[in-house]
Amino acid sequence: MVSPAHFIALSVILFVIGGVGVLVRRNAIVIFMCVELMLNAVNLAFVAFSRMHGNLDGQVIAFFVMVVAAAEVVVGLAILTTIFRARRSASVDDESLLKY
Amino acid sequence: MSHTVLASGMAAETQSLTFWILAVVSVTAALAMVLAPRAVHCAVLLAIVMLCLAALYALLGAPFLAFVQVIVYTGAVLMLFLFVLMIVGVSSRDSLVETIRGQRLAAGLVGIGMLVLLSLTVGHAAIGPAAPVGPNYSATNVNGLAKLIFTTYVYPFEITAALLITAALGAMVLAHLERTGPKPTQRTLSRLRIASGRSAPLPGPGTYARHNAVDMPALLPDGSQSELSVSPVIAGRQDPRLSELGAAPPADPQAPGGTLPPDSDSSEPPGGDSEHEGARW
Repeated sequence: MVSPAHFIALSVILFVIGGVGVLVRRNAIVIFMCVELMLNAVNLAFVAFSRMHGNLDGQVIAFFVMVVAAAEVVVGLAILTTIFRARRSASVDDESLLKY
Repeated sequence: MSHTVLASGMAAETQSLTFWILAVVSVTAALAMVLAPRAVHCAVLLAIVMLCLAALYALLGAPFLAFVQVIVYTGAVLMLFLFVLMIVGVSSRDSLVETIRGQRLAAGLVGIGMLVLLSLTVGHAAIGPAAPVGPNYSATNVNGLAKLIFTTYVYPFEITAALLITAALGAMVLAHLERTGPKPTQRTLSRLRIASGRSAPLPGPGTYARHNAVDMPALLPDGSQSELSVSPVIAGRQDPRLSELGAAPPADPQAPGGTLPPDSDSSEPPGGDSEHEGARW
């Protein structure tokens, strides 16, 4: 029988994979995708806890996380497009203008 | 009702089998996403992870979230990612050079540390068994969610509306391009076309060539390739076939990997799988 602990373990693994991806990758869009993976993992934990407690609050919070993630993606990708227009690159290594 | 079946009616063995298959597929796809050098592959692998998560939500008795996951995440968010990828450049792959020394090793160590920390935390937490299947997990799941959203969580819900409007406006402002010059009229455009010396439109790709793919340069009557027929956006990709086209002199019909006489369509060009090369994009 699958218990909520299994789901939470899976969520932990996905969250860590997403975190490592954020640290390793250099393409800003792929970093964004890894952030999305982390958000999804947290959603899975929310839904699993909702299943464990037998109420729907966790699912409502997961729903709000999805809404906020959608808004974040829209603005983030618009920023990336603007940066790409100005600097012709999507790599986070090239956005070092403020450093100098 | 399929979601009723998924939530409660499924046998325990079927549930655990479904869970393990989905878990293995999603973790594999997530790892491949982190490791895949091409951004488009990352997007497709992330879609696999998200579909697996939708099925897991259904398994957990959250049919509404399962559908929202498919529609909003896989349908909208990932398509937005793919749109932006197509704008920003499909061929942009991560360089394999570490810009910060030892960054990957450090990231791996941080990842292992995070895994250990989270595992300890989750291991110490008292995660009980699933609650007995109540009415919340059957066909009234949507009703229960609606009741919660519009009573207990009505203020966060309203604030969400403000957030979404702000995000939409912000995206429009950020992506807006201000026109700096006057809009060219038909008269100026035709004047420019005549002045450029080429009044006819550019040749289409694949004309008289062996394929009609958009990245296949047209062959001229003498067998040479017309570089004008391939869009510079496509020619700018790091495709070995097209870079050979750029390197080869246009009048040489026996250039390796590039030009072939139009009648020799049974032999593949050296370098093999040009069809698969094309399909990869």
